[in-house]
Amino acid sequence: MKHLLSTEDLSLANAVRILDTAEEMSSVGEREVKKLPALRGRTVVNLFFEDSTRTRISFEAAAKRLSADVINFAAKGSSVSKGESLKDTAQTLSAMGADAVVIRHWASGAPHRLAATDWIDAAVINAGDGTHEHPTQALLDAFTMRRHWTKLSGLPSTGADLRGMRVAIAGDVLHSRVARSNVWLLRTLGADVTLVAPPTLLPIGVERWPCTISYDMDETLEKGVDAVMMLRVQGERMNASFFPSTREYSRRWGFDDNRLRALDRLGLKDTIIMHPGPMNRGLEISAAAADSPRSTVLAQVKNGVSIRMAALYLLLSGDTREPAATLKESN
Amino acid sequence: MAEETTYLIRGAAILGGDAEDLLIRGGVITARGTNLSATDTAADAADGATVIDADGLVALPGMVDVHTHLREPGREDAETVETGTRAAALGGFTAVHAMANSTPVADTAGVVEQVYSLGRAAGWVDVRPVGAVTVGLAGEQLAELGAMADSRAQVRMFSDDGICVHDPVLMRRALEYVKAFDGVVAQHAQEPRLTAGAQMNEGEVSAVLGLTGWPAVAEESIIARDVLLAQHVGSRLHVCHVSTAGSVEIIRWAKSRGINVTAEVTPHHLLLTDDLVRSYDPVYKVNPPLRTNDDVQALRAALADGTIDVVGTDHAPHPSEHKECEWAQAAMGMTGLETALSVVQHAMIETGLMTWADFARVTSAAPAGIGRLTDQGRPLEEGEPANIVLVDPAARWTVDPSAMATMGRNSPFRGMELPGKVVATFFKGHPTVLDGRLNTPYRYPSEAPVAGAAGAN
Repeated sequence: MKHLLSTEDLSLANAVRILDTAEEMSSVGEREVKKLPALRGRTVVNLFFEDSTRTRISFEAAAKRLSADVINFAAKGSSVSKGESLKDTAQTLSAMGADAVVIRHWASGAPHRLAATDWIDAAVINAGDGTHEHPTQALLDAFTMRRHWTKLSGLPSTGADLRGMRVAIAGDVLHSRVARSNVWLLRTLGADVTLVAPPTLLPIGVERWPCTISYDMDETLEKGVDAVMMLRVQGERMNASFFPSTREYSRRWGFDDNRLRALDRLGLKDTIIMHPGPMNRGLEISAAAADSPRSTVLAQVKNGVSIRMAALYLLLSGDTREPAATLKESN
Repeated sequence: MAEETTYLIRGAAILGGDAEDLLIRGGVITARGTNLSATDTAADAADGATVIDADGLVALPGMVDVHTHLREPGREDAETVETGTRAAALGGFTAVHAMANSTPVADTAGVVEQVYSLGRAAGWVDVRPVGAVTVGLAGEQLAELGAMADSRAQVRMFSDDGICVHDPVLMRRALEYVKAFDGVVAQHAQEPRLTAGAQMNEGEVSAVLGLTGWPAVAEESIIARDVLLAQHVGSRLHVCHVSTAGSVEIIRWAKSRGINVTAEVTPHHLLLTDDLVRSYDPVYKVNPPLRTNDDVQALRAALADGTIDVVGTDHAPHPSEHKECEWAQAAMGMTGLETALSVVQHAMIETGLMTWADFARVTSAAPAGIGRLTDQGRPLEEGEPANIVLVDPAARWTVDPSAMATMGRNSPFRGMELPGKVVATFFKGHPTVLDGRLNTPYRYPSEAPVAGAAGAN
């Protein structure tokens, strides 16, 4: 693996390898000294063309725990906002000796452009591109699901996949890079995915995706589900007539208190509720659901650091690069 | 000065048929037959005809492009009339229609006359300016269509290409008004509200890539409306760059009803699909977007059966910085003049869908008819204007945009091996291209020669 651009083309072996490495990294987070020397002397640039404090500090924490030098390049308020091109920015970072570029961009495919061109030779990690993909989010979601799923069966999580797990992803799939990355990765890991959304918020062509489509949240719950992932819905969608009102959206597609009770009524005692954050409490998820013991929201945030450590470690100390002495090779 | 040299094209397969000779003198085909000699028709021609051995070559009427962006005036960093028409001559064209979206917009007699004059000064092909339908392409009020028609440029085709004339009343008025001078409105069919922010064909691939979709229905709904408007007011409508199978069905229906509509397809829509967008390489970004394989097959069938009348390149050069960027930031458009013949040969002739005679119809006779060019798209017969292309159909070449005459490097065919090479182009009896290379431009007799641009070999 030279880059981490999408989960669509991530093999099962590489996916499991990242998840397993993240398990090792997570144990570092439990220590008093949360630091490994693995990437000492390496430079990781967080190149953010779109505001995302949560994702940026997660990558920053991951890189620092691996002893890498971190440069945060927020494209707003920089030369980029004065018209500098992605090409010039990339060449500048290359000249400064960046070993990895973590890129968040509002334009779908921008990380692919960095990886496919000769503008920069660094490893590229997609930290969310437009409405395309957000692979580390899907990996941290899968990591969270795998821990839950293997705990239920009493098996070790290392080496496991998600065969047999039923996952519902609900909300604005059309504009969601999280949903796309999750659909591909969960397929690769063997889970059964159902997308629940208003028809206006599903892309034309979704019928070809490896998942089931539903317009009915309650029916999806009744059929049985092991994880429900709620997607953030943005208020401005309402003005573009994707749905009539936020209240109607909440009633039909949100995870409200009635649906939280329904899980108990249906005997789904082990079903978890996930959300990539930031949440719109009262819109796509009720406060009671967000704060219930079923919610994995904070575990997802914590696991995010482990996943990003694993991704940086595997890309920067992989086969084509200098081996890192401190962690045993996981392949 | 009129062309003094006599040319004898020896043994060319006329429209792909039997090998015959063509004798060219004074801008005219003076004889067609077998074993012609230079002295057959004109006693004073014995002073030596230049003989061109055309064994194995196909002779075709000079190609006429109904859809070219020459960028001048305004974006001379992207293309000029000089560079664009050099590319056209090398591609086998003897006439191009220069689209109106220059800066300033070609919406007055002054601008169209400027482009017309630049074309004549360049001398590589006929440059036929297209006039804007609305002032500034703004879609609000009609441009001075009559003044452009009456100008030296004699504009007959009007288009806001790049932007759809979406206001139905304005479109109706334009269609009606151009009847006064036998004009045609060439519509860029794109419903604007359905394509706000659109980046690529809406379908299976856009769903995966997370790029805003450009749905087929946005093209088809405008075409459906426009053919009905054309029928209602009894006008002539031309549909630019048809890209979907559904559009083909609507145009087929319109023609069966006797509606006076013509349609165009680009070479790239005959060959490429939206699968290429998976690379996120903006060289594949174009408007209308690359569609699916089903659409490609429908477009080929429509071109073969006459539902689509012409091939138009939509040659759209862009400076490299407009393509070396994120997909969403990139300009839409592809170069096409120097690859059109090869792509059409590959997609239509080598697949058995069309003959070279059909090729001549869709690239020369029909487009000249739409643009009302009386001396282009003519048969290769005695007494006809000598606008002729010689093509080596057996040649194969690998597309290298950096070697092209156009200033644009944005060819989606980069690296592809394609059949067919233009060996020679005769424009008004003068070889603008010889041995596959640019020769010299044609010089109009009635105008003073342009200083510094005269063309001895």
